[in-house]
Amino acid sequence: MRRLLLIAIPYAWLVALFLVPFLIVVKISLSDVQLSIPPYTPTLEFSAGWTGIRDFFSQLDFENFVFLTEDSLYWKAYLSSLQIALVSTALTLMVGYPIALAMANAEQAWRPTLMMLVILPFWTSFLIRVYAWMGILSTEGFLNQFLLWTGVISEPLTILNTRVAVYIGIVYTYLPFMILPIYATLEKLDVSLLEAAEDLGCTRRQAFWLVTAPLSKPGVIAGCFLVFIPAIGEFVIPSLLGGSQTLMIGKVLWEEFFSNRDWPVASAVAVVLLLILVIPIILFQRNEQRQREAEQ
Amino acid sequence: MPDPKPSAQPVEFAPWVDPKAAPLISFRGVTKRFGDFTAIDNLYLDIFQREFFALLGPSGCGKTTLMRMLAGFENATEGTILLEGQNIGAVPPNKRAVNMMFQSYALFPHLTVWDNIAFGLKRSDMPKDQIPARVEDMLRLVQMQKFAKRKPHQISGGQRQRVALARSLAKAPKLLLLDEPLGALDKKLREETQFELMEIQEKTGTTFVIVTHDQEEAMTVASRIAVMDHGKLIQVDTPPVIYEAPKSVYVADFLGDVTVIEGRANRVGDIYEVSWAEGQPPLRCASPLTLAPDQSCFVAVRPEKVEIHADRPEDENVLQGKIVDIGYLGNLSTYHVQLANGQIIKAQNFNTERDTRRRFTWEEDVWVNWTVRCAILLER
Ligand SMILES: Nc1ncnc2c1ncn2[C@@H]1O[C@H](COP(=O)(O)OP(=O)(O)OP(=O)(O)O)[C@@H](O)[C@H]1O
Ligand SMILES: [Mg+2]
Repeated sequence: MRRLLLIAIPYAWLVALFLVPFLIVVKISLSDVQLSIPPYTPTLEFSAGWTGIRDFFSQLDFENFVFLTEDSLYWKAYLSSLQIALVSTALTLMVGYPIALAMANAEQAWRPTLMMLVILPFWTSFLIRVYAWMGILSTEGFLNQFLLWTGVISEPLTILNTRVAVYIGIVYTYLPFMILPIYATLEKLDVSLLEAAEDLGCTRRQAFWLVTAPLSKPGVIAGCFLVFIPAIGEFVIPSLLGGSQTLMIGKVLWEEFFSNRDWPVASAVAVVLLLILVIPIILFQRNEQRQREAEQ
Repeated sequence: MPDPKPSAQPVEFAPWVDPKAAPLISFRGVTKRFGDFTAIDNLYLDIFQREFFALLGPSGCGKTTLMRMLAGFENATEGTILLEGQNIGAVPPNKRAVNMMFQSYALFPHLTVWDNIAFGLKRSDMPKDQIPARVEDMLRLVQMQKFAKRKPHQISGGQRQRVALARSLAKAPKLLLLDEPLGALDKKLREETQFELMEIQEKTGTTFVIVTHDQEEAMTVASRIAVMDHGKLIQVDTPPVIYEAPKSVYVADFLGDVTVIEGRANRVGDIYEVSWAEGQPPLRCASPLTLAPDQSCFVAVRPEKVEIHADRPEDENVLQGKIVDIGYLGNLSTYHVQLANGQIIKAQNFNTERDTRRRFTWEEDVWVNWTVRCAILLER
């Protein structure tokens, strides 16, 4: 009985905060747009009794999903989101791994401080930090001024409102999510394994690729998922740093919802996005599980 | 090809007594400090080719540190270490013809047993097609053929130890460092592996340095034993010498069982008489030491040298006492005999007859004695 209760609590949580909202969104995605409050039809009316419910279901259809496939905007947005998320995940890994490695190799006494420094940016508002990047990256921004001053460039670079700015923003924002899981696996790594590798004839570099890298794989995979999954639906960074040319599905979603007030199409976009994300999430879960089994 | 028969060793192997022999390893005044803690203290030591050198000592005395300096993971704070006459201070571990079996095994968890053993071979100049045969040889040696496909977390502690041993042997290094290689094995497998090690050593001419907590093991395998304490070498000698002629109470006590009696020595003829307690006869001891008259000293007697009698024997060093404790070990029994002044003498008797009734029992009055040559006289 107690066990049942223990299981029931997280399930109740999931049902109330994930499944119910998701089903509502699915329902809206199957509805039609209408100028009213709420801005779609049909709505379920229990007063009409059994026939009302039957009417309600007969009015639901897949029109909005068909519409998504007809307008190239949507699949282009999905594709470019996927591409941006993949590239920024790779970049975050390239930046994050060396940082995690350095942290794991630092003196024991320094590690909590370094950890603090990694988490520190979370103490200020995400929006403020993104705005700060606008100040840094704009044509008259700090970066250009600095580069002009040092004479590296003679013309200011256009970084803001390009994809590069989006990459910088995503890498910056999600870096801690990459560093922390990698650091966790690297910190657990037994130093004597590296010594054994060297003893058996490896150089330091070989020992890294043959021992450290494979043993930190679970951390790398976890980090990549933690960056990739939110990055693909990212909305704030592309709208603030990416300008109008950068197409991302999060932005499309927002515009459908608030500018066009087309809730059904927006919901359809969201459902498809979720389906795209379910695949990596399942893969992520499986990775976690395999890791747990390996540790036993 | 060297003669494969191990019995063909006509001359006694003792390069350490030969002043012309060049040592394989030479520690010259080596000191290792961790912060202000001295782990190895001004150590001089020569180890020769083909030796099986055992390091013995209490936990934390610096055995692993010594090995790690040989493997190249620690640098000496002072002094130099020579390998074949070359200072190896600046040579990185991967360039040394030295392999180490780690105390913690350090098996690669992401690789199978097979790949762990092949790891060093793949990094060596061995042709690729010879590697599988070598790995199979090693697996057979440690009886792990059946587990080649398993990962380290899927095998038992003793099996892991065997894999670690096989991995360190695979490259047939000039010098092999074994940090407690057999501790987790059961007695039978341990003895087999000990002989296996000795055979490998005779076949390959590899020099072994082995750390062990098991004295019997050290006695069985070693050409010489070094007893360490607090980063210093207390005594380095062959197993019989270190057992029968220890130079200090510390060594006598560390290796095997011993009764130590404190007293004052006086020379009588070519023998020392040690007076040690009121009302007890002086103990007579033959010794090469030169002691001043009335010098304080220790007499150390191994239990197996002490005879136990029901009646007073006509002999030297005869003491009377009562049995207060009996330890039955199967092949032999250890008796703790308490003398009138409280001193306990340990005596060991072989149980040569198959008789479940013991020859002596608790609280029985007995006589113990040992001959003049059997006791060891030690300076304070
Ligand atoms: N990296 C290190 N930093 C500080 N002290 C160390 C370090 N490595 C070893 N020591 C200290 O040096 C001493 C010798 O250690 P070592 O590992 O050589 O002992 P050991 O003889 O191998 O002991 P055991 O039989 O328990 O394995 C110990 O007191 C240990 O605490
Ligand atoms: Mg040790």
